[in-house]
Amino acid sequence: MLGQIISNGLLMGFIYSLVAVGLTLTWGVMDITNFAHGEMLMLGMYSAFWMFQLYSIDPLLSIPISAAVIFVLGILIYKLIIKKVLGGTGLTALLATFGLSMFLKNLVQYLWTPNYRYINGAIVTDNKIVIGNIILGMPQVVAAIGSIAMTLIVIYFMNKTKTGKAIQATALNRDTASLMGIDTGKIYAITFGLSGACVGVAGALMSSFFPIYPQSGALYSILAFVIVALGGFGNIKGALFAGLIIGLTEAVGGYFLGTQFKYALVFLIYLIVIQVRPKGLFGW
Amino acid sequence: MVKNKKTLIIIIAVLAALPLIFKSDSFHNIMVLLLIYATLGEAWNIITGFAGQISFGHAAFFGIGAYTSSVLFYRFDISPWVGMVLGGIFAAMVALIISYPTFRLKGSYFAIATLAVAEIIKQLFVSWKFVEGATGISLPIVDDSWLCMEFHTTKLPYIYIALGLFAIVIFVCNYIENSKTGFYLKAIRESHEVAESIGINTTNYKTLAMVISAFISAFAGSLYAQYVLYIDPFMIFTLDISIKIVLLTVLGGIGNIYGPLIGASILIPLSEITRVQLGGTGRGIDLMIFGLLVILVACYQPKGIIGLVNKVAKKFKKEGEGNVEANS
Repeated sequence: MLGQIISNGLLMGFIYSLVAVGLTLTWGVMDITNFAHGEMLMLGMYSAFWMFQLYSIDPLLSIPISAAVIFVLGILIYKLIIKKVLGGTGLTALLATFGLSMFLKNLVQYLWTPNYRYINGAIVTDNKIVIGNIILGMPQVVAAIGSIAMTLIVIYFMNKTKTGKAIQATALNRDTASLMGIDTGKIYAITFGLSGACVGVAGALMSSFFPIYPQSGALYSILAFVIVALGGFGNIKGALFAGLIIGLTEAVGGYFLGTQFKYALVFLIYLIVIQVRPKGLFGW
Repeated sequence: MVKNKKTLIIIIAVLAALPLIFKSDSFHNIMVLLLIYATLGEAWNIITGFAGQISFGHAAFFGIGAYTSSVLFYRFDISPWVGMVLGGIFAAMVALIISYPTFRLKGSYFAIATLAVAEIIKQLFVSWKFVEGATGISLPIVDDSWLCMEFHTTKLPYIYIALGLFAIVIFVCNYIENSKTGFYLKAIRESHEVAESIGINTTNYKTLAMVISAFISAFAGSLYAQYVLYIDPFMIFTLDISIKIVLLTVLGGIGNIYGPLIGASILIPLSEITRVQLGGTGRGIDLMIFGLLVILVACYQPKGIIGLVNKVAKKFKKEGEGNVEANS
């Protein structure tokens, strides 16, 4: 039984990680608390849903489409809003992204009603993998694998490509990066887009086993905040491990203490870990 | 300092006169909410505006206040006035307990910790039978009475209780800002290390700011519960309330005692009017427009409205004699 719970927790953890990786990019690089991150995830879920509903494209195949859509949305958000608030304090950006989150949530509600929507009959639906006495749902397994793949792509991109290195340089010191000839405006736009692509992928992966509705991103954005802080700001590896810890805590804690306390436990874990590592597990 | 006191008295007198001039129910409703949120903004301003420690968890103190007075009234028939004071004490105690572990953290790590504390408290209230858990508490309806702080025929008493609370709080904030404690807090905000190096016990002063802030927030919470007469953990302890407090203070002008009032005077009527005019369809147009306006303000007036006021005041100052203290 415990094996079952742990594997469920881990599978969920990988998805949390991906959502948090997206958030840690903008938070770590630009020092912007993006309160609209959960809404970008929600839009990723909707884009997979509409692809399925209108053009019968399976959520698995619409992953790149959804990633592209939210990538563009991320760049648009940067160009139209974030760019204007970068000069102010961090709290001004918070004000803007909170307004944005409210706007997006209610725009979706206006356009597509607050009803829960589900994707029925995707390729992965109703399939199971049985290992010994552990039963894993196919949608969750695929989502976990997809999340791992996307996280690896982001890590590769950040460490091996020139743009990725430029992003890291900008995160360390914007002015110095600018002096070195890095177009920081462009880097910020790409970072926001990349953050969007992460939740676009996560949204498409989650759409086959989660209800899709205007508020569906809200919980994940709070969890992602905690995961990012737990891992250390701007640290992708930190977000990955912290996501797994949170996934495990939620599953195991929910089993032993009752599901109503699982999120309380998640937040408690953060408060405890942060006592030992005040800048997160991998922060410096 | 003397000048500030005069300005404050004028502001409060104007606020006291307004509900007598504009007598519509909707205006009175807006005034009550506005004053409650302005009070919360002042409280938040002490810890974040003065001391520079961003709190995303003030809904916790607000909620403890709301729940303390409501539970005492609902279960034991104890007057909300007593509940209000006890709520303040409880919230201050909680603030004291969480201060020690959280004040070791800096910046966003602290902000997320306050958010985490508020979420934990919410979860506990959701599954706590004694306070009716997720169902929430509907306060017993009694005839209009000052003792039970319930008024159904007119909202005026609520306005004056809220105004009284706000007046006390803004004077306290004005006092703190100009006291030694206020200067210490601002020193901590500007540079933690420097403040420590000149011998300020940063943890003690931050804790003091947090305790005062929590105490005030709880009073606003009790009053809010008495006004809406129904509370549940999802509406009281939500991140939305914590963020709304942040929003209106940042919008008005952070670290300035007039900021929260200015912010609340814009944000609360805006949200109420869009809700009344465009809500009801259940399609969220009101919140959509509200969100859009928040974005616009953030983009085009990033220093808050007080920044704009100061700019205009400076212009006048240049034209005038130049020895008038426009700021603060």
